[in-house]
Amino acid sequence: MESGIQRVFLMVLLAVGAGTAAAAKPDDLDLAPLAIQEPERRAVAVDAIDSENFELGVFAGMMNVTDFGTNALTGVRGAFHVTEDLFIEGSYGTTRLDRTSFERLSGAAEILTDDQRDLNFYSASVGYNVLPGEAFFGKGRAFKGALYLIGGAGTTEFGGDDLFTLNFGFGYRLIARDWLALHLGVRDHVLESDVLGTEETYHNIEFSGAATVFF
Amino acid sequence: MRTRTTVMNALHAPGEPRARHPAALLILLAWFAAAPALAWFDKYQPVVVVSAPYIDLHTGPGRGYPVFHSVEEGEEIVVLKRRTRWLKVRAPRGVEGWMHESVLRGTRDATGNAPVVAELGMAEFAGRRWEFGIMAGDFGGAASLSAHAGFALTPNIMLQAEGSQILGDFSDATMATGNVLMIPFPKWRVSPFFRIGTGIIQVRPHSTIVRSEDRTDEIVNAGLGANLFLGDRFLLRAEYQRHTVLTSRDDNEEIDQWKAGFSVYF
Repeated sequence: MESGIQRVFLMVLLAVGAGTAAAAKPDDLDLAPLAIQEPERRAVAVDAIDSENFELGVFAGMMNVTDFGTNALTGVRGAFHVTEDLFIEGSYGTTRLDRTSFERLSGAAEILTDDQRDLNFYSASVGYNVLPGEAFFGKGRAFKGALYLIGGAGTTEFGGDDLFTLNFGFGYRLIARDWLALHLGVRDHVLESDVLGTEETYHNIEFSGAATVFF
Repeated sequence: MRTRTTVMNALHAPGEPRARHPAALLILLAWFAAAPALAWFDKYQPVVVVSAPYIDLHTGPGRGYPVFHSVEEGEEIVVLKRRTRWLKVRAPRGVEGWMHESVLRGTRDATGNAPVVAELGMAEFAGRRWEFGIMAGDFGGAASLSAHAGFALTPNIMLQAEGSQILGDFSDATMATGNVLMIPFPKWRVSPFFRIGTGIIQVRPHSTIVRSEDRTDEIVNAGLGANLFLGDRFLLRAEYQRHTVLTSRDDNEEIDQWKAGFSVYF
């Protein structure tokens, strides 16, 4: 009985041994190495991460032009955010000039032609974000935002002439969504013109709101 | 003063109303319309594992926005996008917040190393490739506004294209020039340069008073200036140029220009 059990074990051992010998044939050793297909390990390229440093949008508001009344103002505005503090901005705006009190009272004489009553301006400015932080709206909402100071130079087409114009002011940017910002701001556009006969310094005050998208 | 005839006199003498530029507005509007579409591609969103004991997430892309969440060592974060030097990331359990780019040094990417975060310091300033800027100043008594784009062939030599609008009392001018800048000490924080260039200037007399017409002349210039490195892709620039307008008469005309402004570089 005991030798019977031994025989069974021997047969099993032989079978396993033969199987192993067969498996060890040289042909099989040539099989492609059992390399595990590892996922490609790539370093993170920080520069390739999608950046959203540009901001572009439209603005609307009012502009007061000395002697020519206060009128609706519209325009487009784009910015490039250089750092979290600093940005550069380009603007184009257009408004309409009213008749001066003199023109209205005297009745006849028109100082400007209809075409010259369009006031357009271009400007390039540098802005600096001050007081960044969260603003709270009601109980459950917090928005990111910042107050910014801004100033720059450009040209204003006023009374038929292109005039060198400095602008400065401040605004508040509220980040409504990651990609959407709302602005409210005041700017002074300073220029010199002789449209009313003598050379005068004009302070054209802009009060406007803007909606911009980041991309 | 006899030599100061053509452009100078024209800048202080009369003509007709100029056309407006609606083209720029249209381009800006087209850009605006295309902006949402641009956001759809470029979805490279790498994953990193926090290796520092923890990292803080801010509610917004700036140091002024409060920290509201911490991600622990060993947790994965997905980098979604970038604004200036801040990254928007998604932490486990869907928490999204912002961290400064430099915080990536406390993480490991798939290679097991910390991602390489460029220092936008003096080295990048000295080795800048592209430069774009805007300047304002004085052109022989008239106001000048200009925009320039430069490409650096080497840290010492930059090619530059410049367009200027000159606003005088009686006349305006547009000037376009191509220039070469020589930068002897690119690694200095205040880095001086010398420039020479050539181009054309077109003078348009103002409205009302008669007798003058648009005129285009060739112009050559030489000058010097300096860039002041302010950090993070931003520099201030001031320069002086002497222009010689090549007129068709006996005398050429010389004009001094001073201007200052800023540039961004990449």
